[in-house]
Amino acid sequence: MTLEVESRTKLLSEDGREVEQLVVNVGPSHPSTHGVGRVVVTLDGEIVTKAVPMIGYLHRGIEKMAENRTYLQVVPLTDRLDYVGSMYANWAYCRAVERLAGIRVPERAEYLRVIVCELQRIASHMMGMGASGADTGAFTMFMYAFDLRERVIELFESLCGARLTYNYVRPGGVSRDTPDGWTDDVLAFTASMRADLAEMDSLFFGNTIARGRLKGIGVLSAEDAVAWGASGPTARASNVNWDLRKHDPYSVYPRFEFDVIVGDRGDAYDRGRVKLLECYESAKIIEQAIAQMPGGFYKADGLPRLIAPPPGDAYDHIESARGSLGVYLVSDGGQRPYRMKVRSPAFCNLALLPKLALGHTLSDLVVILGSLDPVFGEIDR
Amino acid sequence: MNTEDLRIRLAELSPVLSPFFSTEFGDAVIGVGRDSLHETARELREIGFDRLGMVTAVDRDEFFVMVYRLQSRALSAALFVKAKVPRDDPRVDSLFDIWPAADWQEREVFDLLGITFDGHPDLRRIMLPDEFDGHPLRKDYDNPNVIRRPDYI
Repeated sequence: MTLEVESRTKLLSEDGREVEQLVVNVGPSHPSTHGVGRVVVTLDGEIVTKAVPMIGYLHRGIEKMAENRTYLQVVPLTDRLDYVGSMYANWAYCRAVERLAGIRVPERAEYLRVIVCELQRIASHMMGMGASGADTGAFTMFMYAFDLRERVIELFESLCGARLTYNYVRPGGVSRDTPDGWTDDVLAFTASMRADLAEMDSLFFGNTIARGRLKGIGVLSAEDAVAWGASGPTARASNVNWDLRKHDPYSVYPRFEFDVIVGDRGDAYDRGRVKLLECYESAKIIEQAIAQMPGGFYKADGLPRLIAPPPGDAYDHIESARGSLGVYLVSDGGQRPYRMKVRSPAFCNLALLPKLALGHTLSDLVVILGSLDPVFGEIDR
Repeated sequence: MNTEDLRIRLAELSPVLSPFFSTEFGDAVIGVGRDSLHETARELREIGFDRLGMVTAVDRDEFFVMVYRLQSRALSAALFVKAKVPRDDPRVDSLFDIWPAADWQEREVFDLLGITFDGHPDLRRIMLPDEFDGHPLRKDYDNPNVIRRPDYI
């Protein structure tokens, strides 16, 4: 681990010995920060006494850029927010536009959105878990998870031609219908995925080394999770039963049967395992959605080329792989958003890092950061 | 809970706040002055709005509008709180002591819109470097690198 030493101050410990306090930079270009994040850590020996996340290295001003583009031109920008889960930001933005402009979405499009977003959840959780595994030295987990993720990405590639920035969900529907035989490929994937997930579960979460490394690390209480605005697997691992798909149902989610996975201890282990178990629930939803999916239009008929919603504001949110992802749009009646704000779940979850890392060792800080699953595209915006 | 149910429930729970209740585009909104914002927030926290979902502000040229989105699991309801902030004195009370979730979100509003939060424990820029000049999400922010796109009609 390459750490740049910033300063050293001599301190007197409680028993009168002279000790050194270290201030070290982890990042911004460091494999364990999962992007271009930086944490300034104050260490007493190997124990973290203070951790200050420094963000903004990937700040592109997407909210400002959105004010200068038409409503349709903003969709590709939302791809660049959460770049391991582009479908979510697409969808959250499109929901806000549809609410603002009063666009009705055909039912087939809603089902397609649910299917791609649940597939995206599997891909995104694989990324999060695999990277967590690599942080703790379990590189096998990383390879297994990326194998599964690659299969989802290939499904997306055959659906919309892109592997990472899909630009698939558009205001009023989706950009194109499924190619021939695509739903069969998805069903074949969900059928074979379960065995892989079970293997990963026993390989990593059943492994003594991984358990020793993750259990009891970075414990987040349920009260803190709610008060600090944590959402998604981070909150659910702390036994906060909060999932927008169930508790503020949107789209066609009320029609599906699935469980909300909650953990009980709120440590790094639970945050990882909740993600793995959620993939089973996603598979259930995908299978039900494909069975129920009606025919018809995949995007609303008669959409104007330039959307100019009436003056007003709208907020809509969806449950992304990281938590409640919301988009707040203000319109002044023109062709462009007057103001766009993205309520980013990864941003709110990362704010917990100084609290969680306190009193742990530096190597555990890396585990905690990985378990919060930060994506800096979405945090910095 | 829809907005009409929420209005009735709010009248029972907090008669003080119910006159400020309104419905805008299907969302429940409580509009308050910035001086009573902190008080209102505390009251709402007590009647069950345990989650501060989003903090942001909108530059309306003559003034700013602070926008807070609250959620309640107990009431299964969501609510906007909006407060006008004058442009020549952009400061408002921090809600950090009620919902710690306000910590980074208020820093973001401070950074990008230049609104000061009184009582915030660590009000620094968060996205932009400390030496950055100006607040980019303000409508009057001017920078030679910002190019306006032409209208398409």
